[in-house]
Amino acid sequence: MKRNVDIKSMKYEDFNDNEYIEQMLKELRENGTNVIVGCLDDVIEWGRSNSLWPLTFATSCCGIEFMAIGAARYDFARFGFEVARASPRQADFIMVAGTITNKMAPVLKRLYDQMADPKYVVATGGCAISGGPFQKSYHVVNGVDKIIPVDVYIPGCPPRPEAMLYGLMQLQRKVKAQRFFGGVNKSISEKEYEKLMREDTNKAEDNRDYDESGLA
Amino acid sequence: MENNTAIKDRITAIEPAAVWSEAGDGLFKVPAASFRHLAEQLRHAEGFDFLRSLTGVDEGEEGLGCIYHLENTGTGENVAVSALDTDRENASLPSVHDLWKGAGFNEREAYDFFGIKFIGHPDLRRLYLRDDWKGFPLRKDYDMSLNPLNMENEEANDDSPSYVMTKDGGYILKRHPLFEDQEYVINIGPQHPATHGVLRFRVSLEGEIIKKLDVHCGYIHRGIEKLCESMTYPQTLGFTDRLDYLGAMQNRHALCMCIEKAMGLEVSDRIRYIRTIMDELQRIDSHLLFIACLSQDMGALEVFFLGFRDREKVLDILEQTTGGRLIQAYNRIGGVQADIHPDFVKKVKEFIKYMRPKLQEYHEIFTGNVIVQQRLEGTGVLSREDAISFGATGGTGRASGWACDVRKRHPYGVYDKVDFKEIVLDNGDCFDRYMVRVKEIEESLNIVEQLIDNIPEGEYLMKTKPIIKLPEGSWYSAVEGSRGEFGVYLESRGDKSPYRLKFRSTGLPLVSCIDTISRNAKIADLIAIGGTLDYVVPDIDR
Amino acid sequence: MFDFGIWTSWIHSQLTALMPEGLAIFLECVAIGICLLLMYVVIAIIMIYMERKVCAAFQCRLGPTRVGPWGSIQVICDVFKMLTKEIITVRHSDKFLYNLAPYLVILASVMAFACIPVSRGLEILDFNVGVLFFMAASSIGVVGILLAGWSSNNKFSLIGAMRSGAQMISYELSIGLSILTIIVLTDTMQFSEIVMRQADGWFIFKGHIPAVIAFIIYLIAGNAEVNRGPFDLPEAESELTAGYHTEYSGMHFGLFYVAEFVNLFIVSSIAATIFLGGWMPLHIPGLDGFNAVMDYIPGFVWFFAKALFVVWLLMWIKWTFPRLRIDQILTLEWKYLVPIGLVNLLLMVVVVVFKLHF
Repeated sequence: MKRNVDIKSMKYEDFNDNEYIEQMLKELRENGTNVIVGCLDDVIEWGRSNSLWPLTFATSCCGIEFMAIGAARYDFARFGFEVARASPRQADFIMVAGTITNKMAPVLKRLYDQMADPKYVVATGGCAISGGPFQKSYHVVNGVDKIIPVDVYIPGCPPRPEAMLYGLMQLQRKVKAQRFFGGVNKSISEKEYEKLMREDTNKAEDNRDYDESGLA
Repeated sequence: MENNTAIKDRITAIEPAAVWSEAGDGLFKVPAASFRHLAEQLRHAEGFDFLRSLTGVDEGEEGLGCIYHLENTGTGENVAVSALDTDRENASLPSVHDLWKGAGFNEREAYDFFGIKFIGHPDLRRLYLRDDWKGFPLRKDYDMSLNPLNMENEEANDDSPSYVMTKDGGYILKRHPLFEDQEYVINIGPQHPATHGVLRFRVSLEGEIIKKLDVHCGYIHRGIEKLCESMTYPQTLGFTDRLDYLGAMQNRHALCMCIEKAMGLEVSDRIRYIRTIMDELQRIDSHLLFIACLSQDMGALEVFFLGFRDREKVLDILEQTTGGRLIQAYNRIGGVQADIHPDFVKKVKEFIKYMRPKLQEYHEIFTGNVIVQQRLEGTGVLSREDAISFGATGGTGRASGWACDVRKRHPYGVYDKVDFKEIVLDNGDCFDRYMVRVKEIEESLNIVEQLIDNIPEGEYLMKTKPIIKLPEGSWYSAVEGSRGEFGVYLESRGDKSPYRLKFRSTGLPLVSCIDTISRNAKIADLIAIGGTLDYVVPDIDR
Repeated sequence: MFDFGIWTSWIHSQLTALMPEGLAIFLECVAIGICLLLMYVVIAIIMIYMERKVCAAFQCRLGPTRVGPWGSIQVICDVFKMLTKEIITVRHSDKFLYNLAPYLVILASVMAFACIPVSRGLEILDFNVGVLFFMAASSIGVVGILLAGWSSNNKFSLIGAMRSGAQMISYELSIGLSILTIIVLTDTMQFSEIVMRQADGWFIFKGHIPAVIAFIIYLIAGNAEVNRGPFDLPEAESELTAGYHTEYSGMHFGLFYVAEFVNLFIVSSIAATIFLGGWMPLHIPGLDGFNAVMDYIPGFVWFFAKALFVVWLLMWIKWTFPRLRIDQILTLEWKYLVPIGLVNLLLMVVVVVFKLHF
């Protein structure tokens, strides 16, 4: 079965700056998939891509623009990004809106770890992408991709709401090019993942008074 | 500063060791040993009850110390005092947290950045950086490589250190527990929808009632002040927009004013008019966002959207002239970036006409709602004395009955030419803090209305040298930001970049008074208190 | 009025002709169970979609527009997403209770849902103490919420659960009192019978003043019972991140989410049944022609129209009012609603005894 990606309201040609997804799609098309698995995948990814719920997370300026895309003029509810969840367990993607400082970095990592799979990261604004104007500071992380894997970068300082919407639609497109069955998108295999988890558990067992009740 | 002649004599009378230094605005230099005596006299005998700003400085050979900007709220007198300790290894100063409550957090900041030990401070933890941070970043000899990115989770410290003076002149370190073992401590933030960013509270609860609250800042501490020291003056402007992004215009205005004052540059009337109008539009924008966020925190989502709807109209106007929505980069040293757009006057007038009836809508939906009144009235009361002592300026101070508007106290721009009321209410509770801001939107509309037709012709950008160098000295200038007094302390050594640039945060005093006003309130009240104090976290952390 | 009972008894007679009665009843139970769950899901989807669109309308927005016409299948996307999302189990949590809690909530919700008389002959659970059963079934939900908060090992969850416990148990009293007021008027606790007695006028008209007061109390208490704004303290976003379901992810959270919306529908449809005549068309005594025309509209249309109207009313309240504080909620209940409810009950007794109702 051949796969293609289509986002309503945005022409295919408009996504012309993303060879990475093109590559992934090409791979998918070449190898093809089982009809049943492919259809199920289609349905699941259609669901996922149209129902990406953000985590309400903002550190600085970009956060205000993030609020603005939720508000009346830009209204990201149109695309199904509507239900901003305050609990990371229930969110699908984290929009890193604003500078991440050294003190915040472990917290962000922890938030990301607390999210349930599948989870995505959108780095919004210069600060989250590279440290932006604060790159030379003693207390700023130069890009969140040093801490967590980033799916979409939205440049700007802060990006305009339109840019954010475009970025989120890119994320939708990326989600659509995934495969639920087969685990193409997992960078590590199940076994490796389990091994990592076991190490993590052992580590946590070592210091038992570690409080994991509170969020972040 | 103003009225310096009279105060000079009085200070020399109190403390003969104080030396007047003329450069820039001028300040008194006091040896660390005699500073406490002078401070007590200034506070109690002379009535300097408002600590405007406390700036830690690293003066190299001369040692480490602090500069205190004080104001007498009764007479309006201002004085700046600097106290330096020459011992760099073990720099210490007497704490003044008991004289001015606002000094508590500021001294923690100075300790954090410069390693100055404040003797007698009850809670001398680091304010912004992690407890395991090595070195003191704003010292001139700080080594960046000391602190690589540490991904270990931070352990919350449950006791607070304090240095106590002993009889023989030394001091010893004591530790007090912050929270007892039995206390039910919950952690609000850094990622929490109601903290307006990444502030963190640790709250000790009894049922739903708050017993004690401990504020943790620094999750968005970006080291702006240190960065500024290695940049030229025009480059430093860029950071001001990103401090308090809802007061971008005003912040930049303050820094430009300070640099212009140091250069001795007088800007044309047109520039003053444009800057004033822009400041007021920004204030409307910020206050609309305040209403929106407060209502969201309280669960009334409809008003959130109304606030954003109207805010977009302001942003449209600003965007047309400046090109930016949130971060405008409009003010420049000696003027503004570009002349106003031809449609600007028309658009602003339309907006004023549009906005006035809309305010009524807010009153109908939100202010008049019985639940809103029940929840806001009488909660989080900040007394006038506390407001002054903490230095909680802006809408918060004015709701407590303190007429603290910089636009009236130290007029800048063209505020001396316009006729506007300073909104002052008396109760100091959440409802008054809300009402002050709603009424200020009206006042801002009045100010803009008075100015918009009279923008004089003239230059919009004064000619300056391509490389700006300031003479030696120190300057302080302040504007009324969207949420309080935003001050800039600039110290120059004659270079093309500042020796020390400190921004008086509008939010830090607001956050420092949360513990006081939220005790015995409920968790839901804490949300309302936080919402009405209207702090912006990047502005607190800088 | 069309009676669905004809169909059901026909099916029953066909089945008993083919097989022994025990097996027939078993098969019927299975079929009805499946229908019930299907209907439950459909109602949930409709409610969530309605919530989104209604709140968007109140907030000068559009709401979902991209998936399907007017975004109408947006919720189905959410369902697919939820179903394939990871379910996280928190270490140091009480695993058994943690996994049990969402099912308890959904169980209570389904049991209460089964009581609703949708149309004549379309009652699933209908017996002489139906109201009592409904009250009992719906109050199991609070156990689930308490368990969720307790077992999550999260302080926010615990506070949310405690709030929820205090709130729901208190407001159950008011719900009981206001329903009791109407029961005094009807002298029956069977839902189908309650509807039948409204043939000559809905109870909100027949019981006039006490019925209207009871209706208002029921709306307030019902809103509090389903934890929706302005009574959404247990999951107050700005205070407790997500309240009792903070630690739940994937479909476990989905169950809470669905139960919340269906509970809203249940509360509304009970309000519609008891006060607004359920599936009974609008009848005005004396106007036979008008009554006959009204009878042409099928019962379930009447029922859904009334229930959705009440839902819309509650949504309107939710999106307009700010959240109350916990002490205000308890004050409202114990100092105002309960005394008013008791006095109102007395008033209704007086009305009934002296035959002052229509």
